[in-house]
Amino acid sequence: MTFLHDMRFRAYFYQVVAVGFVVLVGWTMFATASGNLAKQNIATGFDFLTRPAGFVITEAAIAFEATDTIGRAILVGIANTVKVSLLAAFFGTVLGLAVGIARMSRNPLLARLALVYVELLRNVPLLLYLFLWYSLIILILPPVKQALNLLPGVYLSNSGLVVPAAFVESGGYALLACLLGGAAAAFLIRVAATRKRVATGRSNHGGLIALGVLLAPVLLLWLVNGFSVNWDFPTAGKFRLTGGLHVRPEFVALLFGLALSVSANVAEIVRAGIQAVNKGQWEASAALGLARGKTMRLVVLPQALRIIIPPLTNTYLTVFKNSSLAIAIGYPDLVMVSNTVMNQTGQAIETIAIFMGVYLALSITISLVMNWYNAHVALKER
Amino acid sequence: MKQALLSICAAALGLTMAGQASAASTLETVKARGKLVCGVSLATPGFAAPDDKGRMQGFDADICRSIAAAVFGDGDKVEFVPTNINTRFQALQSGEIDVLSRQTTHTFSRDASLGLDFGPTVFYDGQGLMVPKSLGVSSAKELTEAAICTLPGTTTAQNISDFFRAINGKFELVVFESPDENRAAFYSGRCEAITSDRSDLASIRAVANNPADYIVLPETISKEPLAPAFRQNDSQWGDIVSWSVWLLMAAEEKGITQANVDEKLKSEDPDVQRMLGATEELGKMLGLDNKWGYNVIKSVGNYGEVFERNVGEGTKLGLTRGPNALWNAGGMIYSPPIR
Repeated sequence: MTFLHDMRFRAYFYQVVAVGFVVLVGWTMFATASGNLAKQNIATGFDFLTRPAGFVITEAAIAFEATDTIGRAILVGIANTVKVSLLAAFFGTVLGLAVGIARMSRNPLLARLALVYVELLRNVPLLLYLFLWYSLIILILPPVKQALNLLPGVYLSNSGLVVPAAFVESGGYALLACLLGGAAAAFLIRVAATRKRVATGRSNHGGLIALGVLLAPVLLLWLVNGFSVNWDFPTAGKFRLTGGLHVRPEFVALLFGLALSVSANVAEIVRAGIQAVNKGQWEASAALGLARGKTMRLVVLPQALRIIIPPLTNTYLTVFKNSSLAIAIGYPDLVMVSNTVMNQTGQAIETIAIFMGVYLALSITISLVMNWYNAHVALKER
Repeated sequence: MKQALLSICAAALGLTMAGQASAASTLETVKARGKLVCGVSLATPGFAAPDDKGRMQGFDADICRSIAAAVFGDGDKVEFVPTNINTRFQALQSGEIDVLSRQTTHTFSRDASLGLDFGPTVFYDGQGLMVPKSLGVSSAKELTEAAICTLPGTTTAQNISDFFRAINGKFELVVFESPDENRAAFYSGRCEAITSDRSDLASIRAVANNPADYIVLPETISKEPLAPAFRQNDSQWGDIVSWSVWLLMAAEEKGITQANVDEKLKSEDPDVQRMLGATEELGKMLGLDNKWGYNVIKSVGNYGEVFERNVGEGTKLGLTRGPNALWNAGGMIYSPPIR
């Protein structure tokens, strides 16, 4: 019985037992549920995904018709969720960084304002804010018949913002290739220029050159070959504006609500990160003659970043999960599409399993990306 | 949302744990429990909503009461369970409720694939569209390119999509989970039209600032026969639910009301005597008290009374009988003979 006292054996043994237990419980639940469903003649399985959906999704990040399958409808839901979450995370981070730094400002008015902003946003449930933003949009803006004509072709009403849409008619691929090639070249030149500046200590015009390289291929293409862009201007239809690009109030209210809630969290994380950087760093920078702004940008923030990344991951996971509140204000995210599917097919367990699986997979992806970035910026001990 | 998830989890758990629902017959289970557990909607005035004294009122609630009266002789032996629109069928499948009386449309795929059966239609409804009068529209077909607000519930989204596909028109669909947001979006002009079952449109119109500013368009774009549902493969229980409903209709036909049911016990009409259990033993054939018919009418009244009390012209919903009039008065309410 000596191997029972072996540390390594025991470590593995208990893990195997624990995993086995979880699998057994899961399998028993699955088997009983499917057995009971079969006994009660209730349809099971995922065959319904290939049936035609039969309903319209107006706000779709990928093309969707009522004749497409239920599976594609769910895909549209996923795309809509990802779209609004990514945009909210981006805008929220930019805004949150600014507010977080403002919190540390020596100007008392600015610091207090930032404090009020953060506390107001953090201490009221997001759902209430979503209702508020949405109600404000649809109550304050005029109905589409009396839409405000901001610029030629740009209309604002409580049905959203409509702007002219551009369609590249010919030479689309050449344009795309020039854009990507220009961007890649510009990035490389910028990196090389920065490296050279660090090595020589002399400033060069790396940024300007990079900008030129970014735009040159597109300009060249336009001069040499030409590509025709078709503008689709919105026109007044019978009830509303047709054509053009529509930004709908449901999307805007959700993006606004999520981005503001992210920004409040990010602001606190940034403030904590900045405060965690040793005071000596500020003093050392001041002794070297760096101004306060430059100290923040070049000395403190890069060090604060290491502290900021792990809690930031949490915030991103939260915004992604909070996007499911979309259902309250009519944005067709994954949960809303799933609900419609559930009502239509009655197969709630399968549909819930799908959307839980999707949320889990996407959350894990976010975590992996953020962990990779965290390892990238972490202090490397040699 | 969280509540929906919770109830789905509970229902899923119910499915994994409870196989016993099919073991004993529903009637035995209900009798042993001493009350009927009836699934109704969360809060739909006119169909199922608690009044200021906390008593559940409404058309669907009264259907529950009539079944309880048939089983126990007392219409109040009901526990009302508010069910979510997404989990109502799971609640029934798992045995959490005995009957689902929740504005539920009887459709083929529900009947065939969800392990449940439907009783007789208690309310003939249909999906309609409502617009502001100022829009100047008199037919739903003129609504191409319009934005239409709706709830994700039942099959409304599918029906309206089908309708516009059939006339080859495009439209913008805005779907809200919350009825309040749905109404607010319509009243603020975010949508030109709102679509739902006609009975529901009536209640939406009833709460408008000025109901006269809105009209329900003439088209009925879908058939929505609302019927109570029960678990499959229990025909005794199915008979009890169905005949409790049919009895309400037959009683209206015979002029038996809550007020005169005691006199009618002494009626000379053999049909009335059979229905109220004065002669023969029809109740026993269902495994019920022989006075079941008397008990049902005594507790809720006949079909017409249930209709007028909850959704009729004297109520906020102000619905006319229309297709829900008796068959001999131009409607479709028709009971097989009780003999």
